Amino acid sequence: MLNYIIKRLAIAVPTILVLIVFSFLLMHAAPGGPFTAERAVPPEILANLEAKYGLDQPLYMQIWTYIKNVVFHFDFGPSFTYKDRTVNEIIAQGFPITLTYGSVAFVFAVIVGVSLGVTAAIFHNSWLDYLAVGISIGAQVLPNFVMAPILVLIFTLWLGWLPGGGWENGEVKFLIMPVIALSTSFMASIARIMRSSMLEVMNANHIRTARAKGLPTRQIIFRHALKPAMLPVVSYLGPAFVSMITGSVVIDMFFSTGGIGLFFVNAALNRDYSVMMGITILIGVLTILFNLVVDIIYAWIDPKIRY
Amino acid sequence: MALLDVQNLSVSFKTNDGVVNAVNDVSFAMDAGQTLAIVGESGSGKSQTAFAILGLLAQNGIASGSVKFQGNEILNAPLSTLNKIRAADIAMVFQDPMTSLNPYMRVSDQMVEVLIHHKGMSKTEAIAESVKMLDAVKIPDAAARVRLYPHEFSGGMRQRVMIAMSLLCKPKLLIADEPTTALDVTVQAQTMTLFSEIQSEFGMGVILITHDLGVVAGFCEEVMVLYGGRVMEQGPTDPIFATPSHPYTRGLLRAIPRVDQLNAELDTIPGSPPNMLQAPKGCPFEPRCQYAQEDCVQSLRPLTEFATGRKRACNRELEELI
Repeated sequence: MLNYIIKRLAIAVPTILVLIVFSFLLMHAAPGGPFTAERAVPPEILANLEAKYGLDQPLYMQIWTYIKNVVFHFDFGPSFTYKDRTVNEIIAQGFPITLTYGSVAFVFAVIVGVSLGVTAAIFHNSWLDYLAVGISIGAQVLPNFVMAPILVLIFTLWLGWLPGGGWENGEVKFLIMPVIALSTSFMASIARIMRSSMLEVMNANHIRTARAKGLPTRQIIFRHALKPAMLPVVSYLGPAFVSMITGSVVIDMFFSTGGIGLFFVNAALNRDYSVMMGITILIGVLTILFNLVVDIIYAWIDPKIRY
Repeated sequence: MALLDVQNLSVSFKTNDGVVNAVNDVSFAMDAGQTLAIVGESGSGKSQTAFAILGLLAQNGIASGSVKFQGNEILNAPLSTLNKIRAADIAMVFQDPMTSLNPYMRVSDQMVEVLIHHKGMSKTEAIAESVKMLDAVKIPDAAARVRLYPHEFSGGMRQRVMIAMSLLCKPKLLIADEPTTALDVTVQAQTMTLFSEIQSEFGMGVILITHDLGVVAGFCEEVMVLYGGRVMEQGPTDPIFATPSHPYTRGLLRAIPRVDQLNAELDTIPGSPPNMLQAPKGCPFEPRCQYAQEDCVQSLRPLTEFATGRKRACNRELEELI
């Protein structure tokens, strides 16, 4: 097992290097650059700027310098748009915010989604099943950019219970709406996957054996059915967790939370090469990491899987 | 009082395509320590008969009739009643030990939960008892192997585990649903030997569901032959094997390969079992029966006793079957 983890982490290094090179090339292939503006900058100034940021060098040199800085100094360089800030600072400021509301949203989505799915499966074809399926379809079809303004309308403008935006170090009342808006669609997916896999497991032969043992239904569900039924959910949860903790531009925009979701999109629009690269690498590393976590959980659930 | 008394048991399933009558009017009784074989090909309703007895039908299944265990009605009994009987009084061994054992739990956990639930044992006692039972079904090194997962056993060993698990509470009746079908031939023989040893040791009644007549001859006192959800022939094993009274039973017996007729072509029963969605009005075996006449399409005589303990359901008289 330990060998497997070490091997996987070792493979992660070239994977991330390939990711860096590809995103670097793609970014530079896109038309325009960080200093393209509405008002044309005089060529001399542009040349000076490009020299300062190393953009005048051949692309392979730029990639090499970038990788050197990232690997040896853990330095993702200065931002091209925010002149006085480095990428490290932007991530250090924004990532804890998205990590906070993303994690809370994740826990919320898992708890509600799994309970909904299990309830629906156990009371298959009853009103409880239809209710749970109804809720998850409703949550699924309501995109967060519709959900967010509706939440603000109800809880801020009508009821006046919650602030319409801001962060204030993640105080609970600032956390509620972002968490709900971010988690609903994930929750719905989890509920749907959980329901169908639970239905399948409940019809499995080994559940019939458990029933033939005279065990109480509760014990059959929790000891015999839940673990195998979680397998497909777990493989969905890895990528879902990463996309939740790396934030969402919709959440950051509607609730002014200040997370990296908004920085990422703005960086793409402004050709802020270094910020874009920094966040891309962050997401890449997290994705690799949590896919590994999923594989480890798989091995824990299913004794037939041994690495 | 009979150990198990089944009267007019019928099982039907509601499906999107209509109602399937899987079992029609099955009756039998057995005493403690007896062995009964339910024989039939796939889809004849033999497994569903067993599932109905223990209330294990699929959700869309409906059972009617009467099943009395030691005089108490258990058909369609509430789950709390059934759960007291299951495993404790009537245990079941399923067909495919790979999927019927929980692949995600250690054998020890799967065994001890039965003892903890029904006997109120502590975990330590329950493990000791489980190891004893695995020893009884001749699993070598049981004390260590009890900690393994099902996939770490071979097919035959897995079925032994399944059998050991069903014996934990010393049930009065064991229903074995094709216990050897998923096993290869040499292991089949071992498993059946194990069954008869266990039966003489524990003295319980056994219902053996099988399509293997060879197994029946060596093991069971009584036979019930099912076809298309109906009983075709019922009675003591030896006379049935010597003078089968039903064309279907005859066909089955002829279809057994014989060592002394190596060059002869093996007899088969032409055709295939009926589609239970359009259950035939008359005899379900009529389309495949060489003795069938017009009245067989319309109706089938009820099961009637024609000799001591022997019953048959066939419109043709015995003399007509040559």
